[in-house]
Amino acid sequence: MTTTIETAAPVTVRPGIGRVLRLGALRARYEIRSYFRASDAVFFTFLFPTMIFVLFAAVFSSTGKVGGDGHGHGGITLAAYYLPGLVASGILLSGVQNLGIDIAGERSDGTLKRLGGSPLPMISYFLGKVGVVLVTALAQLVLLLGVAHFVFGVTLPDTADLWVRFAWIFILSVLMSVVLGVGISGLPRSGRSASAVIVPILLVLQFISGVYFSFADLPDWLKTVAGIFPLKWVAQGMRSVFLPDSFAAAEQTGGWDLGTTALMIGGWAVIGLVIALLTFRWVRKDR
Amino acid sequence: MTTIGSGGPAVAVLDLTKRYGDHTALAGVSFEIEPGETFALLGPNGAGKSTTIEILEGYRKRSGGHARVLGVDPGAGGVDWKARLGIVLQTSAEAGTVPVREQLAHFASFYPRPRDVDETLDAVGLTDAARKRVRALSGGQRRRLDVALGIIGRPELLFLDEPTTGFDPEARRRFWDLIRSLKAEGTTILLTTHYLDEAAALSDRAAIIVDGRLVDIGPVDRIGSADARVPVVRWRDADGVHEQRTDEPGRLVADLVAAGGEPTALEVVRPSLEDVYLGLIGHHHQLEEQAA
Repeated sequence: MTTTIETAAPVTVRPGIGRVLRLGALRARYEIRSYFRASDAVFFTFLFPTMIFVLFAAVFSSTGKVGGDGHGHGGITLAAYYLPGLVASGILLSGVQNLGIDIAGERSDGTLKRLGGSPLPMISYFLGKVGVVLVTALAQLVLLLGVAHFVFGVTLPDTADLWVRFAWIFILSVLMSVVLGVGISGLPRSGRSASAVIVPILLVLQFISGVYFSFADLPDWLKTVAGIFPLKWVAQGMRSVFLPDSFAAAEQTGGWDLGTTALMIGGWAVIGLVIALLTFRWVRKDR
Repeated sequence: MTTIGSGGPAVAVLDLTKRYGDHTALAGVSFEIEPGETFALLGPNGAGKSTTIEILEGYRKRSGGHARVLGVDPGAGGVDWKARLGIVLQTSAEAGTVPVREQLAHFASFYPRPRDVDETLDAVGLTDAARKRVRALSGGQRRRLDVALGIIGRPELLFLDEPTTGFDPEARRRFWDLIRSLKAEGTTILLTTHYLDEAAALSDRAAIIVDGRLVDIGPVDRIGSADARVPVVRWRDADGVHEQRTDEPGRLVADLVAAGGEPTALEVVRPSLEDVYLGLIGHHHQLEEQAA
């Protein structure tokens, strides 16, 4: 018998951390390029927070300032008042909502099935999603802050302390949003129903977490309910960055509660990670 | 000379079953595929071909029985196991905003020793479409990209689930040449197809699945009963068309000529895999009706 099996020599893939990170970086690059190639998605999801901000700022442009001394001195415009909420919701929309819908679509069109049949580690796939959300959320933010500052004259923070605070809240919120997005992607039964299932959840959260309404005006019980969910804390954290310190008094406890904010966002990130790792499937579960 | 790396069959399946609620998709299927062999899984739609192949690829869990793919339980294969496989799924419908060459290069980066991207594009005939976005490809081109993605990792074992659906005849012949060259490199191939000529041209052995059961298995030129392979002689005379099965078609033709001169519309037909296959499927359905 003459048999030559050239390819039978076992090839080992080291599933080491280096390979996981290297492929994660490659995935991020690939995902970012794909994101900006899908022009309709870019237009609607990418510009959404800025469009809403422009709408609010224009609608309320003739309304007086808030948080002043009651005699027309001090205070900030409503545009400035809405900015932190839209910064916060932009992160959760990029992460949880868009990513959740995106992954549900990838699961139903076979993208994930193909990846699942390849030696791509699951963690590298997640890292690619972190990369694309980080980059798109950052670009969204730059656009939003630019429009707010240069078009509507909103004053931005001018101390390094505030920007450092902004950085950790932003990065922690993005990480949390990505794992929650991966987790929520398993909820819709098909790619087509993904928007219908995921958008309302985020919409309700935005209404009760102080994005579209002033959080201070909500009834106490609703504030408490909102406090269970992460968006309230991201919004509060962003208020602590973008609003004057005098506004802290209007928060539920009369302060910015940065420690609780870190714990809540971090806690949701851990919960999201556990859910993502336990429930993520390359293919829909076999009946 | 025998140099088989790991030893043992590339695929071993014993009494494989798969149930979805009350429905039994696979009712105890057993076969083995040797390293380097090309093995065709044939059967009507819904017979259990794709269920079998997707269990072996690790996508579905089996309800019972044993399965080993490259020595590993496919229900528990990790990334190092997947690196040794190539998978061409039956369907794909990705959004496809990425250009063809970039998509292939991206997947190549997942594997420890991938094929050259441009050579692979050339092998599947997509060199001219390399810069096109995936969604701009025709159905047949897209299928060829699926094949390219399946072989880019230089797999030891290649799964091809109806790979040539939507190919024109020339593309199909080129695909056959590609599969033969993979086979020459030592790749083990598990193929499902509805084109029986394709199975006959490419595979060493074939198995026929009907209603979740293996009804026959063997070398493609020996599958089916001995009776099913007996050549058929057809001719026409004043009484109409005659058809006679015989192991000695030459003698029969000679007798015909001796008896009545040159016969009209004379044919000597060796049953193709397709004839044998259709015979087996028909036989199976007959048995079912008798049982019912």
